[in-house]
Amino acid sequence: MRARTRRLYTFGIAALLLAAAAALAFFALRENANLFYTPEILAEKGTPDHGKEVKVGGWVEPGSLTYSEDGATMIFTVIDNSPNTITVSYTGIAPDLFREGQGVVATGTFQADGSFTARQILAKHDENYQPRELKPLEAAG
Amino acid sequence: MIELGHLAAFLSLALALAQGIYGLMGQRRIAGWAAMAAFGLMLISFLTLVMAFVRSDFSVALVAQHSHTLKPMLYKISGAWGNHEGSMALWCLVTLGFGAAGAVWMKTGREKLEARTLGIQGLLAVGAMSYLLFASSPFLRLDPAPFQGAGLNPLLQDPALSFHPPMLYLGYVGYSFVFALAAAGMMESRIDAVWAREARRWSLAAFVPLTIGIALGSYWAYYELGWGGWWFWDPVENASLMPWLIGAALLHSVIVTEKREGFSAWTALLAVLAFLFSIMGAFLVRSGVLTSVHAFAVDPERGAILLFGLVLYGGFALILFALRAYKLSGGKPWVLLSREGALMANNIVLIVATLTVLLGTLFPLMAEAAGKTISVGEPYFRLTFTPMLAALLVILPVVQAWAWGKADLSNWMKWAAGGIALVLVFMALGVGIWSISLGAAFGLALGVWLVFGALYELSRRAVTVKRVFKMPPRVWGMTLAHVGLGLFVIGAVVETTGRYETTVALAEGGTGTAAGWTLTLDEVRAIEGPNWYADRAVLTAVKGGTKAVLAPMKRYYPAAQMPTTETAIHKTGTGDLYMALGEQRIVDGEPRWVFRVYFNPLIDLVYFGVILMAIGGGFCLWPRKRTKTA
Repeated sequence: MRARTRRLYTFGIAALLLAAAAALAFFALRENANLFYTPEILAEKGTPDHGKEVKVGGWVEPGSLTYSEDGATMIFTVIDNSPNTITVSYTGIAPDLFREGQGVVATGTFQADGSFTARQILAKHDENYQPRELKPLEAAG
Repeated sequence: MIELGHLAAFLSLALALAQGIYGLMGQRRIAGWAAMAAFGLMLISFLTLVMAFVRSDFSVALVAQHSHTLKPMLYKISGAWGNHEGSMALWCLVTLGFGAAGAVWMKTGREKLEARTLGIQGLLAVGAMSYLLFASSPFLRLDPAPFQGAGLNPLLQDPALSFHPPMLYLGYVGYSFVFALAAAGMMESRIDAVWAREARRWSLAAFVPLTIGIALGSYWAYYELGWGGWWFWDPVENASLMPWLIGAALLHSVIVTEKREGFSAWTALLAVLAFLFSIMGAFLVRSGVLTSVHAFAVDPERGAILLFGLVLYGGFALILFALRAYKLSGGKPWVLLSREGALMANNIVLIVATLTVLLGTLFPLMAEAAGKTISVGEPYFRLTFTPMLAALLVILPVVQAWAWGKADLSNWMKWAAGGIALVLVFMALGVGIWSISLGAAFGLALGVWLVFGALYELSRRAVTVKRVFKMPPRVWGMTLAHVGLGLFVIGAVVETTGRYETTVALAEGGTGTAAGWTLTLDEVRAIEGPNWYADRAVLTAVKGGTKAVLAPMKRYYPAAQMPTTETAIHKTGTGDLYMALGEQRIVDGEPRWVFRVYFNPLIDLVYFGVILMAIGGGFCLWPRKRTKTA
């Protein structure tokens, strides 16, 4: 096999794989990049499709935290500067810095009744660290 | 004391400069001595820094910011590199260390190549040392000295994480020497078998510690974060995975250069890229663009300097490459279906896989710059990275038997039939008996296929059983590494698809069930450690005839005002029963403690596989002796 033919094949295979990877990446980014909702954005855009994973963020409304009967699930309300709210339920351990009145970002899906079931929650840590998504919120508030 | 270290570091910088200049002038001996002296001085300097931490000398600013008298000795020592300035000092030490090691152990018989390699390594050290001394000095004093230090981030106070940074740096910085070799080789337009033999050894010397370092970091994340998983596709993890993937590609490409003098330009390019990706990893982690426990330097100026270094080194090497690549030899002839072709396929896939990781890591940053907040998580990587890697692993057992130049394809039908049969058997078992997804069944078949392929290749090369143990170390190394890869795949597939997780909230004396275990909360007690206090739960777990006691903890470190999770793990032989303690909740007026309970099947196989890969790399590094008929 001549070097030129071989190089042609090599680049062909590389290009093919690269194209496949790019297509997969494009598809994956469109499907799986999480959109971020605050109560205000939710009111504007409407509830996303049931089953699609998204993020919601805001502050934990003081006094809203309750637990399910078996104690494993925590249920709280997320608020921002708008009149709208989101009810979030999460089965698991609360992050160390989870507090009522503090910032929180939850990843999960909206249910048919409009409530949000979180797979993971992150709490605002301190002045030095906060979830990236909450930065614009903070500036507005 | 610390002034001595400061002075030694300056002298070391001067000697590194001498190493650079004499090296580039072709003075192998002088450059070698300078390299060794520079390393010796930096070692003294680094030890004074460690001593300041050991003695809790709070008049040193760095110690005051990151240490505490009550900290256990191990974490006082590891605290020396558990911060930005100290870790840069370690980076310098390792850079000079590889220069000194190169001065002693390089054996190419080509004085000019070796001299220039030492010279470039010296200049790389000058860059790192200047950054250390002028932009992030660990040697500064505080006046007046505080009575107590601020303590080390409690998450980092952990045995695995004490050795994670040095290992990772041996890997990252090890590629600086490969980079220097590649640049020196390109300067004389000779990337040939002699060069490749040397480059291969140094690539392994970087790859092995990098592998161990990543494994340590992952193991730490597994038991310290309390999230039950071992890889989270966190940008910081990806930053270490990318040089590893490039390094793996390099290890395979350099073989072609060594045996057939082929791929020489490509190998040189990979050698350059491995180091550039290492610096990029350091930049991503250290510039503050990512938020994590690793992001010590939230100072954008430091990030900018690192980025400047990346552009400078990268620009130099890539321009050199552009000027010289066409002069490099093409090697012996080969057709597509040959060992060369197979290794080329390996490289293409590994590079494309690296690019998908790069895109997934940088995309959120780019989106943020465009005013959007997007996070890319595990689903993205499962869709892009995993199929790429799977494609590579499917062909591996088949093509590693192929000969150089042109493969003998007479028994390809047997391979195809065997592979398809294996997949069908696993899919049938998966659906019928294990009730797992088809993807998981395919993954398991792939793991078994790899282990079988590696062992088959060993037996094919040895021909008789007697000769198996007389095989050269590098054949053993390849076998161990590929078996390790197969075991890793099996462990990873079983763990990620079969992981069981649940949350229980128990009152003291209460009972719950999880993963088939009956859990009784015996007590929760407040206890105190050297520099922390904690709530410690004691649970009895019973399943069938087995009984285990688990004691997860929630620690609080007053010095850092930070809580940490200390998980409890019970190893069953087939997996880990894993518990993390959460907060206390008042449910219907009754206090209850929340626990996250996981059962992680075959998790040990994940780490065993990776460690086997590292051991395999170590075998390849072993010099082949007493075989004159090579």
